[in-house]
Amino acid sequence: MLKFALRRLVLALLVALTVMTLSFALTRVSGDLAISIAGASATEQDVALIRHAYGLDRPLAVQFLDWVGRAAVGDFGESYFFKARVSDLILERMPITLTLGLTGLAIALVVSIPLGVLAAVRENSWIDRLVQLFAMIGQAMPSFWLGLILMITLGLNLGWLPISGTGSWQHYVMPGIVLAFSAIPALTRLTRSGMIQALGSDYIRTARAKGLSRLSILGKHALRNAAIPVVSIAAVQLGFMLGGSIVIETVFALHGVGFLAWESISKNDFPVVQAVVLVLALIYIALTMAADLLNGLLDPRLRAQ
Amino acid sequence: MASDRGAPQARSVNRPPPEAKSLLEIEGLRVTFGQTAAVRGASFSVARGETHCVVGESGCGKSVTALAVMDLLVQGAQRSADRLQFGGEDLLTLPAKRMAALRGDRMAMIFQEPMTSLNPAYTIGSQMAEVFTRHRGGGRAAALERAAGLLGRVGITAPGMRLGQFPHQLSGGLRQRVMIAMALMCDPELLIADEPTTALDVTVQAQILRLLAELQRDLGLAILLITHDLGIVARIADKVSVMYAGEVVESGATAPIFAAPSHPYTRGLLRCVPVPGKVKRDELLGSIPGVVPRIPPGFVGCGFRDRCEHAVAGCAAPVPRQNAGGGHEYLCRLAPGWAA
Ligand SMILES: Nc1ncnc2c1ncn2[C@@H]1O[C@H](COP(=O)(O)OP(=O)(O)OP(=O)(O)O)[C@@H](O)[C@H]1O
Ligand code: SF4
Ligand SMILES: [Mg+2]
Repeated sequence: MLKFALRRLVLALLVALTVMTLSFALTRVSGDLAISIAGASATEQDVALIRHAYGLDRPLAVQFLDWVGRAAVGDFGESYFFKARVSDLILERMPITLTLGLTGLAIALVVSIPLGVLAAVRENSWIDRLVQLFAMIGQAMPSFWLGLILMITLGLNLGWLPISGTGSWQHYVMPGIVLAFSAIPALTRLTRSGMIQALGSDYIRTARAKGLSRLSILGKHALRNAAIPVVSIAAVQLGFMLGGSIVIETVFALHGVGFLAWESISKNDFPVVQAVVLVLALIYIALTMAADLLNGLLDPRLRAQ
Repeated sequence: MASDRGAPQARSVNRPPPEAKSLLEIEGLRVTFGQTAAVRGASFSVARGETHCVVGESGCGKSVTALAVMDLLVQGAQRSADRLQFGGEDLLTLPAKRMAALRGDRMAMIFQEPMTSLNPAYTIGSQMAEVFTRHRGGGRAAALERAAGLLGRVGITAPGMRLGQFPHQLSGGLRQRVMIAMALMCDPELLIADEPTTALDVTVQAQILRLLAELQRDLGLAILLITHDLGIVARIADKVSVMYAGEVVESGATAPIFAAPSHPYTRGLLRCVPVPGKVKRDELLGSIPGVVPRIPPGFVGCGFRDRCEHAVAGCAAPVPRQNAGGGHEYLCRLAPGWAA
């Protein structure tokens, strides 16, 4: 298991390095940074001054290494717009986004795993059809639209939940549900198909031949095997939720990283954009690695490879 | 059991007296999968402590019969029977919970697919222990100790180490032996073994058969053994049921069937072994031209008629069950003694 974990770690580091290179390259090919920082009315001299001040006159390799070195210790420089350290900006907003993402994932898992199991156990029954219909509708529903519907019903009409802000846990319920809906269809389908496959397998027949209880057959023997692909996809979905929370954070006025990204993109705030992209990518890589490790725990065959 | 003791007659001494009450009684068992009638009125019984072999070509309904007894058929399979009793319990009306309490405890099964019958996610020890703790309670430690003992008995070396291994770390032969050991965890009264030794090499096969015979003697275990191997049948069966296209076409004590096979199908199977008692080891069923037909529900007449050299027009009508004496029965229009 340790060797397996180390191999995954090395792989993750390589991917992270690639992402950093790409992220650095993107800001450089998008034009002369000094000119965009200086603004349209700047003179030659202003631009030269800025170029020197930001170290943009150094060789590209030096700039890259410098940036990587700083990024590695969490120093992403200063925001052009907020006049604050980029790392502080991100740190301040990350908890909101993480809370939102984890809430979304928790809701998604709590809904889709029982639904998927139920649909598989009652394969081809009306319950199964209903679950599949639910997954299809969930897939087709745009999240901003679902967000608005929830706001109007639960928020305005019924007054059960606050419609914007981050003051209490209740603020995360509606955006959490909306985010969860982006993952529920895929996770439900995956649980369902994994369970159907597992339930039709010879080892489940063995479990039944041993007279084990239904709970043990479904929960211990079948779900354990069906969960393997679900874990991978759940990690990917959490990554999407964290990166894709821009819309939700905007709709519900949650000032998280997504909202920050939205603001800085519209203001050409390169260091922030670059750092947000990088941080989200790194989180994504970490999640995939965590999923791999979890799968290694769930599936002994993976460890052996 | 000596490996070359081919004569089925030698076993007759051990056979329980005819009045011994049957442990498993199957009468008129039917299983259909949609438009396939896989088992069509099969009947036989297995007495306590007896070895009953079911033979027949591939696809004639042997595994389905076994699965139907264990109530392990896939969803969508239709099972019915005139009578299906195990140890005095009526399996047809037994609630699912009580059936589950029997399975793994009083009746156990070893499957034809050793490679896939163990759960890849759990260790051998965990899978063996859970059947014991389920039915007998007690701690995991005691169950594991018993598991190690049984692994040793089925000829697995270093059982303690095997308990911590996962199925993918074991060869097919080892997995099948684990399955056998697992089936024995609760000392069942009936062991259904579906081609248990097919995946094993000859030495191991002999070892397993010897083990089964030993267990049978020590524990009074009844064995329902499904096999293609007439050599095994000749060596260990007390009784034989020959299945063809979902029916038991001939059944009775091993010796008379080998000595005077009366159904044309059985004769075809034994054609390559004309002298009774001289069946060689690993002798596969004799080849009969044609294949087992897929039979739809509602079929009447003899299922073997399109391959039978004695078929006449009357074979399309329901055929009688002939009694050749001494519990030896067969399903054919030809009267007893026709082949003599
Ligand atoms: N799950 C199933 N669905 C549909 N038909 C099935 C199913 N299982 C078995 N059958 C059919 O039932 C018939 C009997 O199959 P069975 O597995 O009992 O044969 P068998 O005698 O065990 O053969 P083998 O020696 O190859 O194991 C076959 O025609 C097969 O196609
Ligand atoms: S009933 Fe007719 S077809 Fe069937 S085995 Fe007997 S002789 Fe052959
Ligand atoms: Mg079979």
